[in-house]
Amino acid sequence: MPTIKIPTPLRQYTDQNEYVKANGKTIKDVMEDLVKKHPNLKKHLYNEENTLRNFVNIYLNNEDVRTMNGVKTSVEDNDVIFIVPAVAGGL
Amino acid sequence: MIRNQINFSAEEIKRYGRHLIMPEVGMEGQRKLKSSRVLVIGTGGLGSPVSLYLAAAGVGTLGIVDFDVVDYSNLQRQILFSTEDVGIPKLDAAEKRIKAINQHVQIEKYETALTSENAMEILGKDWDVVIDGTDNFPTRYLVNDACVILNKPNIYGSIFRFEGQASVFYPRKGPCYRCLYPEPPPPGLVPSCAEGGVLGVLPGLIGMIQATETVKLIIGKGESLVGRLMLIDALNMTFTQLSIKRNDKCPVCSEQPTITELIDYNEFCGVGHAEAPVVNQEMEITAIELKNKIDKGESPIIVDVREEHEYQICKIPGSILIPLAQITERANELDTAQEIVLHCHSGFRSAKAMNMLKTIGFQKLKNLKGGIDAWSTDVDTTVPRY
Repeated sequence: MPTIKIPTPLRQYTDQNEYVKANGKTIKDVMEDLVKKHPNLKKHLYNEENTLRNFVNIYLNNEDVRTMNGVKTSVEDNDVIFIVPAVAGGL
Repeated sequence: MIRNQINFSAEEIKRYGRHLIMPEVGMEGQRKLKSSRVLVIGTGGLGSPVSLYLAAAGVGTLGIVDFDVVDYSNLQRQILFSTEDVGIPKLDAAEKRIKAINQHVQIEKYETALTSENAMEILGKDWDVVIDGTDNFPTRYLVNDACVILNKPNIYGSIFRFEGQASVFYPRKGPCYRCLYPEPPPPGLVPSCAEGGVLGVLPGLIGMIQATETVKLIIGKGESLVGRLMLIDALNMTFTQLSIKRNDKCPVCSEQPTITELIDYNEFCGVGHAEAPVVNQEMEITAIELKNKIDKGESPIIVDVREEHEYQICKIPGSILIPLAQITERANELDTAQEIVLHCHSGFRSAKAMNMLKTIGFQKLKNLKGGIDAWSTDVDTTVPRY
């Protein structure tokens, strides 16, 4: 099963788990399985139209999925998916 | 200043000796540093270590932009400032500290918040590099767009709790902040450091990356972070490098930009409206009004929606803790018939909690204006502020 690394601001919705495994053959499937396992994550990752929010960046093994096949990019069992949220803090 | 006319005194030669003997820096690199002009926006957690190291390294002119005064809560990470600086303007304290490290550094102070009205003038002053050490989305998009329009490299860093990000946004050589984050999250969805906290040393770690990248750009050596985003997780001490690319439809840095001048960034980021919770005045109660109610014996249920670790710092006597993330699922612990006063640290999260409880049928709700912070200042000064 692919592993998803959850960034700090979202860990409150995954019982503080930093790495979560989810099932799927594509980014879309894996992300959907992730929010099925952790329903509170959903509104932070998906908009009302049920598509991934634009400010949520998803990387598959260090590459932005937008530069591959987007959410249709296929995923292997040992892949690591990074969710990279916009963070503004600096002071 | 013409670079080969730059000379060093015997004292400076000694001061920069460890640079001068490095092949990558040498006299040429040190001259480049001395002739360089670097603008640091925000003299907080990131701006502190960045300006200290750049001053020590021998950058010729440091511009610093900030509008705040030093507060006790800054001292845990903003290493430009000392306890004795509390209450004085950050720029004055910063100037004193930077000059103490290296009197050869020229300092240009801009004691203002950066806005769409003043950004082009401030950023347009011949800076070689701009460093983004700000703390909010509107200013980050503002700095990005101004840097793209003015064609200046923007050294990016951001921090939250144990996690940080760093990159170099270099117009036309690599992606910009908008290529990475085309649009901001709605207000309130991503907590700030003031709400969520930050490990004191983390901005040091990220600021050091920003300072290093700045020096490399100035001396023209090495591989810069252009096109790469570093994710630093200090809790596990992992450094992850992600590849970021230019967005050929980027509204500001693509070949056909739709944004060619600065816009209203508060509007763009939805600050002040959008999903920010709306509370009308009848739904609010002040700390003094709440105290009067308690004294009269009509004690409402006081629900604290902060996190467990914040509850450990201070609490209002008799309050019960239900963190915001649990408010809907634990609403059955509350009696809809009784008056409920919700509070958090400053009133923002409790306003959200109030809206959530309203949608599931609660009516007798009040939001404590200014949160426990107002309780501390207006009712009980023995309650510590944080």
